[in-house]
Parts: sequence; structure tokens; C-alpha cells
Amino acid sequence: MTQLRTAAIETPTGAHAGNGVPGSGAAPASQPRTWNDLKEPRRAVIPEGLWLRCPSCQGMIYRKQLETNLHCCPDCQHHFRIGARQRIDQLTDPGTFEPLFEGLSPADPLGFVDLKTYAERVRAEQGKSGSLDACKAGVGFIKGRQAVLTVLDLEFMMGSMGSVVGEIVTRSIEAAAQRRLPLILVSGSGGARMQEAGLSLMQMAKTSAALARLDRAGGLFISVLTDPTTGGVTASFAMLGDVILAEPRALIGFAGPRVIQQTIRQSLPEGFQRSEYLLEAGMVDRVVPRAQLRNEVARLIDYAGM
Amino acid sequence: MASLYTLEFEKPVLALERQIDDLQAQLARPTPSLPAPAAPQEAQPLAEAPALERRLADLCAQHAALLAETYARLSPWETVRVARHPKRPQTRDYIDRVCTDFAELHGDRRFGDDPAMVTGFARVGGHKVMVVGHQKGRTTQEKVACHFGCAHPEGYRKALAKMKLAEKYRVPVVTFVDTPGAYPGIGAEQRGQAEAIAVNLREMSALRTPVLSVIIGEGGSGGALGIAVADRVAMLQHAWYSVISPEGCAAILWKHSNEQTNNAAAQALRLTAQDNLRLGIVDEVLPEPLGGAHRDPTAAAAAIQRWILATLPALKAADPEALLAARYDRFRAMGRYIENPPVPVPVA
Repeated sequence: MTQLRTAAIETPTGAHAGNGVPGSGAAPASQPRTWNDLKEPRRAVIPEGLWLRCPSCQGMIYRKQLETNLHCCPDCQHHFRIGARQRIDQLTDPGTFEPLFEGLSPADPLGFVDLKTYAERVRAEQGKSGSLDACKAGVGFIKGRQAVLTVLDLEFMMGSMGSVVGEIVTRSIEAAAQRRLPLILVSGSGGARMQEAGLSLMQMAKTSAALARLDRAGGLFISVLTDPTTGGVTASFAMLGDVILAEPRALIGFAGPRVIQQTIRQSLPEGFQRSEYLLEAGMVDRVVPRAQLRNEVARLIDYAGM
Repeated sequence: MASLYTLEFEKPVLALERQIDDLQAQLARPTPSLPAPAAPQEAQPLAEAPALERRLADLCAQHAALLAETYARLSPWETVRVARHPKRPQTRDYIDRVCTDFAELHGDRRFGDDPAMVTGFARVGGHKVMVVGHQKGRTTQEKVACHFGCAHPEGYRKALAKMKLAEKYRVPVVTFVDTPGAYPGIGAEQRGQAEAIAVNLREMSALRTPVLSVIIGEGGSGGALGIAVADRVAMLQHAWYSVISPEGCAAILWKHSNEQTNNAAAQALRLTAQDNLRLGIVDEVLPEPLGGAHRDPTAAAAAIQRWILATLPALKAADPEALLAARYDRFRAMGRYIENPPVPVPVA
């Protein structure tokens, strides 16, 4: 599974990426609101070819160099969004990751229809990403420390949490408790998935309840927050880590910036809801650049593991 | 009877109510319009009164039938409108009617006292309980202070602190859920809105005392769930409960929110009490008086009280470990998915 490394970063482009509302000049495109809006603007999509442009410093980056630099801009260290497979490859020792809980696929319990049916959306996303849903889990080694590693996958419906994601996260938590292994959970998600409505909401309670049990069993849960982590994912397991790490400049929050701006009708402070802002507010333990993530996780396991 | 806030689909009902009011006024008045000639005859009003009485009875019957018909076929979006009715009873109204001897307790001991979250000891029948509920506010001033029922992190932390207090003395917790959602604002984010809700979810799942929740109006997303991780969850007939408001959903999936897309989103979200019952998210739907809880708050409160009194004894008698295990299993079972689908997905 992990060997299936995708050559290009398939940032979901979607038909509506970056279109916004014409004439909505007040809300900059960089102010996301939903998992749909949270998709990186089109210019950030990594095109085919050897060279690409950094959306942050506008510099040209040689693709090979970007890949060896863990998909961070070699000049400005802008952290590109990456999918679950790449994240697992980056974090685990080569060849040690054994996937768990594969084969869970979304049902459509509500028969949800918006402009498209949920069933159609799921089929399209499955075809595009090669994944059944937005979460991958397994057991692997991180610098020689065995751990349960679970990663939300931004490449599938913006990492949104429906029944499948909630179930895989819950099973991961239960596996960590049962096997007495540390749990490393990397979040990147637009929040609860609207197409499963109330059942998505219940995944927040389900995963949090499982974490209560892991906590009482003395387990270690390291929550890693990446760009973006919002909504129902933040308001459940993502903020319940024994240790919470965040990648630099990641958008992390409960409500999206645009919703907040519309509610309070004032401009938001500089860097609002970014990792560094959360660090200052006391909401995360450390901001960790991607290149150091493996080291930091391994070090914390040594200090706090069972 | 009239002077209720008007919902679009209730207009025919309200038109009838106005007619009824007029008739009642006429009947109550002692023959006003007659020029009162010298002849002191009271025959005129006496002859007219029975006809008016008949007409009134007729109109009342029509009104009841129309009201029943209107409320029997409420669309999901209309249900949301009823759930938001400004006259709909709120947590404090239910505390007055369902509970006795309410001893309100304030503050989260960390930041402040959020008026959008009401907490305190009370009695329901013979049971001591800890009441926790969202308060939207009735007067303009109260609404602003409560942010229209949108609690801040300190509200969720206040709720948890009081629930922990209840746990210490094994006093059951009863929560009234009525919020469009947790407050989206700078201070709320700064003080950890997501963390506050997440901690409530985790701690409520392991609270060693019975927990009952009633969705009385709006059950908006994480802000609602933040006080609704319970052993039993009931929902008033015209309340709504889902992951997002219809407007929010429409704005995202339909690209803009208007009457038509709100309608479609409300339909798609399956947010009504019956839908939530069918999905196993709530355990019971509590009937509202004809025409909604706002027409007879006392009757709505009675239904809630009956449910609490019927549900609580068994939970209080249960072994604490068994209670926690059952609560865990209740939420553990939530979700629908396909395991090992027969058709493999095409790998890109």
C-alpha cells in the first residue's frame, strides 16, 4: 500500500476550486470557510512537469527537490498539503507500515442529494484518489518505535469525517489501547461530512468516547494538526491529544474564518487561526516543521509511551 | 390568540385566529353600533348572539382542523422555522415548568459566566438533578447577552464543571439542547471553542451518573452535541438536530443560501425528529401540543417531564459500570458503512 506512492501531488482541483463568488472582493480567496472552499487555489495545484511555482514565495521549485524536501518549499519552507500515503511514507520507517481496517466504504444512509448525489461524489472521489474514504490507518515503526498511525486524507472529500472516517479512527484508538501502543493521529480535514449529516456529527462523540477509554488505560495519543484542521474534527479527537503538535502556518479552528468574519463584521487579526496563533493562545504544545516531525514524535514516545 | 409571530405557512391559520378574535370581541361587547332609539328593546342582540356563537364554534373547529393539517405536513424547512419560533419555550421556561426549586449555579471558574449556558441543581418530581441547557434569550437585551443561544468555550466549560459536580454526588444530569451552534468569534477561537466541545464529548461519555438530553429547539452541530452525549436522548416533535444548519449547508453545497436551497438542504440533512429517530440518533420523539410548543408551553413541558420521570429510575438503578458501558455502546454503534464492498474501487 505504501509503495503505491503517487508521483504527483493530487491536490483536489474540483470544478469550483478558487472560483468564489464573483464580486465578493471583501473576502479574500485565502479565507476558507468549508472543506470545499478550503481547497487550495488553482495556482497552488501542482502541475505536471518538472517545475512548479511556490504559492507562498512565488519561487520556481524543481519537483524532485520538493519531493526530497518532504513537499516543503526549499526556499520559504511553505508546507504543501500532502495526502495520507505520502504522510505515512514520510513518518514511518521504510517497509514497516502494515495497513489496518481497510475495506470500509461509505454507505449513503441518508440518500443525500445536493447538486449531485452523495453516491456519485463518492464514486468520483474513489476513482480519483484510489481510496475508499478519507482515512488510512495501520501499525508501523517511527524511528524504531512501534505505533498505531492514523492519517486523515485530504485527497478524499477534503478529509471530511463521515461514518467510515469515524469508524477507522475509533478502531485505531481501540487498537492502540488493546495493543498498548502509542497512537499518532494526523488530522487534515474540513470537518464533519455534511452528506452523512447527523451520523457524521455522532462520529465526534464516538471517537471522543473511545479516547476517554484510551486515556483511562494510560495510553499515549499524539495529535498532529496539519493544514487545514477545522470543524467537527477539531472539536473532537484532534484537540484531545495528550500532546498536540501542529505543522507551521496550518489553519486550525472550530469555525472557518469567513463565518467568523460574517458573524462579527470586523477584520480578523493577522495570522488568526494559524498554528503559531494557537501556540500563543496555549492551544497546541509545539509547532513542528515537517522535517522534524518524525524526530519529535519519536522523542515524545520515549518520554510518554506505555 | 393572535399576536403570534407569523410564519409564512401559518398565515391561513392566523387569518382564522383573527376572525375568531373579532367574533369573540363582538360577543363580549354589549351592542355597540345601534343608534339606540327610544325603544329599549334588547331583542336585536339576543337574536344575533346565537348565530354568532354558532359561527364562532364553526370557526374554532375550522381553525383546529387547519392547524392540525398544517402541522401534520410540515416540511423539514418549516420544522426548522417552528424550532426557531421566537415564542418557542426555552431552557428557562422548561426549568420553570418541568423542575422545582431551581438553584442556579454560575461560572466556569476560569474565564467567566456565559449566560448562553444555564446550569444548576433542581428537582424533577422526586429526583434531584443537575440541569444544563442552552439559553437563547427572550428580550433583546437577553438575546444579545446570550448571543442568541450560541455558547462560548466558557459556557461549555461551565456546563462540564457543573456536570462534574453532579457526578461527585451521583446526581443525574438533564440537559436541554437549543442552539444554532457554538459561537463563531475571535474570542471563542482564542479560548479554544473546539477544545472545550471536544473535552465535553470525552468527559460526558465517561460521566459516572445518568445523563438525559432533550433537544427542545435547535440542535445545531457540535455546539448541541457538546451537552448531548447522554444515556438517552429525546427530541421534541418540531425540533431539529443535525451537523449543520440548512442555511450553512445550502451556502456550501448549493453555493448560496435562499428559500429554495434552504428547503432542499433541510430535506437532504434529515434533521427532523422522526429522521433522527429512524437513524438511531435519538431514542424518543416527544409530542408537542397541536400547533407547536409555542402555543402551549405547559403541555410541552409536561411531555418532557413525563419522559424524564419514566426514563430516570431505571438509569439511576443501573450499576455505574454497566451504565457507562451502555453509553459507550450507544455511541460506538453510530454510523453506517459498507465493510469489504464486493466491487473493488478502481485504483487511480
